[in-house]
Amino acid sequence: MEGMKRVPVREQDPKVRATNFEEVCLGYNEEEAVAEAKRCLQCKNARCMKGCPVSIDIPGFIKQVAERNFEEAAKVIARSSALPAICGRVCPQETQCEGVCVRGVKGEPVSIGKLERFVADWSREHGVVPEKPEKTNGKKVAVIGSGPSGLTCAGDLAKMGYEVTIFEALHEPGGVLTYGIPEFRLPKETVVRSEIENVKKLGVTIETDVVVGKSVTIDELMDEEGFQAVFIGSGAGLPKFMGIPGENANGVFSANEYLTRSNLMKAFRDDYDTPIAAGKKVAVVGGGNVAMDAARTALRLGADVHIVYRRSEAELPARAEEVHHAKEEGIVFNLLTNPVEILTDENGWVKGMVVRKMELGEPDASGRRRPVEIPGSDYTIDVDTVIMALGTSPNPLISSTTKGLETNRWKCIVADEQNGKTTKEGVYAGGDAVTGAATVILAMEAGKAGARGIDEYLSRK
Amino acid sequence: MFQIVKSEKLADKIYLMDVKAPRVAHSCQPGEFVIVKMDEKGERIPLTICDYDREAGTVTIVIQTVGASTEKMVRLKAGDFFEDVVGPLGNPSDFVREDVEELKKKKYLFVAGGVGTAPVYPQVKWFHEHGLDADVIVGAKTKDLVILEKEMEAVAGNLYVTTDDGSYGRKGMVTEVIKDLVENQGKHYDVCVAIGPMIMMKFVCLLTKELNIPTIVSMNPIMVDGTGMCGACRLTVGGKVKFACVDGPEFDGHEVNFDEAMKRQQMYKTEEGRAMLKLMEGDTHHGGCGNCGGDE
Repeated sequence: MEGMKRVPVREQDPKVRATNFEEVCLGYNEEEAVAEAKRCLQCKNARCMKGCPVSIDIPGFIKQVAERNFEEAAKVIARSSALPAICGRVCPQETQCEGVCVRGVKGEPVSIGKLERFVADWSREHGVVPEKPEKTNGKKVAVIGSGPSGLTCAGDLAKMGYEVTIFEALHEPGGVLTYGIPEFRLPKETVVRSEIENVKKLGVTIETDVVVGKSVTIDELMDEEGFQAVFIGSGAGLPKFMGIPGENANGVFSANEYLTRSNLMKAFRDDYDTPIAAGKKVAVVGGGNVAMDAARTALRLGADVHIVYRRSEAELPARAEEVHHAKEEGIVFNLLTNPVEILTDENGWVKGMVVRKMELGEPDASGRRRPVEIPGSDYTIDVDTVIMALGTSPNPLISSTTKGLETNRWKCIVADEQNGKTTKEGVYAGGDAVTGAATVILAMEAGKAGARGIDEYLSRK
Repeated sequence: MFQIVKSEKLADKIYLMDVKAPRVAHSCQPGEFVIVKMDEKGERIPLTICDYDREAGTVTIVIQTVGASTEKMVRLKAGDFFEDVVGPLGNPSDFVREDVEELKKKKYLFVAGGVGTAPVYPQVKWFHEHGLDADVIVGAKTKDLVILEKEMEAVAGNLYVTTDDGSYGRKGMVTEVIKDLVENQGKHYDVCVAIGPMIMMKFVCLLTKELNIPTIVSMNPIMVDGTGMCGACRLTVGGKVKFACVDGPEFDGHEVNFDEAMKRQQMYKTEEGRAMLKLMEGDTHHGGCGNCGGDE
């Protein structure tokens, strides 16, 4: 039946892309986008909008695309999101907007993510710039961290007329968008930098190389530098390790280190100075999006790559699209397998990894079936590099240097979900620093909530 | 951008620079470090803070050239800029938070090896400014590699300089001086702070354990971000994994696994060596010599 299937999106051939860092998905052209937009049923009670953490007027922008008013479509999205080119690429649409699309009941849901990406790319290519507010209200707000929550919060506040300065610890803004997500999924120059430029065009200042908690404290920002409110969007934090023997061997990396060397420091390029020990036979431990990113980066650096994950395919926390892409590119999945020891040679380098087979038992607290070890099932896999992608624990730099800022028992900052309010007056927080590692779009939602909270607070003052 | 206001060669391969970095100068303490990135394509290099001037907004860093990045860095002159200087990073030395009256009851011995003299200096200076006298041993391979001697003399209680080849001061390793002071000269020390090459810190710790002197060392492992994010700087202290950037860089030397730390230090030696040859040989470097593996 017509309209049941979405307009397919062009991708780089898996064999070719496994050897380069160019973007995998090529996106829609105008004709494809218009055809896909016409599949939208323009529901009155749009379920997709409720599925979107930042409540983009999805039928609204898609209608403009269907009528070829691409600039208008961009304006509709800009009312809710400052980072559409990024969200169109990395949001888990299948569980959000597209997951509830009425089209999806009998056929395939509308490709909302790919349409959002098309609109964002089109406006960048056609030089559409966001409108800067005519004048500011003279109130200064500091935003800590220039990742998705910080950029969103800063963008929203700037649109309301606040004078916003973002403090970024690294030398490049973007947070996880810059150091974490690889080039082939999220191009840095064309997409990330240009969206950050758009936030700056709203009047936001970004100061890099400032580690809040060390270079300057939150109290100093408020008492000495005149910031009336602060939003903390400092991100996830310290990488976790398993605590197994051999984990400090040369050739064992956190996914954060591996990805930071490649993405932020551009170690994959000859003309940059930072080295990366790429590895020839790489095991990536973990099953999330970060594990997929690390695995696909190692593959592109020339390695044979295995994903080692202790549960089964159904429990893989990574997006289905990422798992699918990884398999297409030739990454091998060792499921129901858990590392027990990393073997090293006399110079301290990895020479193999002992793993144990697992089976699934009763569901645990997360609702997923608990992996149980099968005794006597140990065997050794031949690897020279191991990348641990096991999540992160909160960074204590800010919470330990800010009086009156409460953290919970996982050391995450305590903040109200509705408005980002923390236990310290004038200080708001959101994103991974509050929730622990989550997604880009959830961090953006928290950034929006924080902006609302700060606006309410400063309007009363 | 961060302007270099002074650049000076202290010894072979060792350079000192004053850099305008007002936020760092405003808040840094002895024991902390900075990360410097020279230009867009440069590496992030952790460097110890040797001194600071809060009024002028400058920090003094000392750079020893060990590879391509540091080699390029020291070619910069006063008036040039570093693209990035971030910090202060790490934790201040423990004594900074201690009560000065309590500190007065303790006798500190600082042991500096080679370029490690640079991070020891602000600590000894801090003691001096708080009316405390600390003994200092400065060790170097040879006379020409003794750095910051005058500066150290001005702030140290007793200063003992020793060189491996005896070309200046005493002859021998820093450990021999410690032994002599404690065993022959009747000196008593409550705390030893040792900063220098990993191998020196290891042997100082073996000795001070024997002599029963609690010892603090400052670790300078491979790092990328320096804020806790990457975990490259992890080391084992007392059987637990610690990150030098957020848990250190100073640790109880008697608990540090130096052998593991030294192996980890070697991780990028070959990659770095290649980059170095490329820099030195410029366009003529094609990796065909069979020595470095080239660009394979």
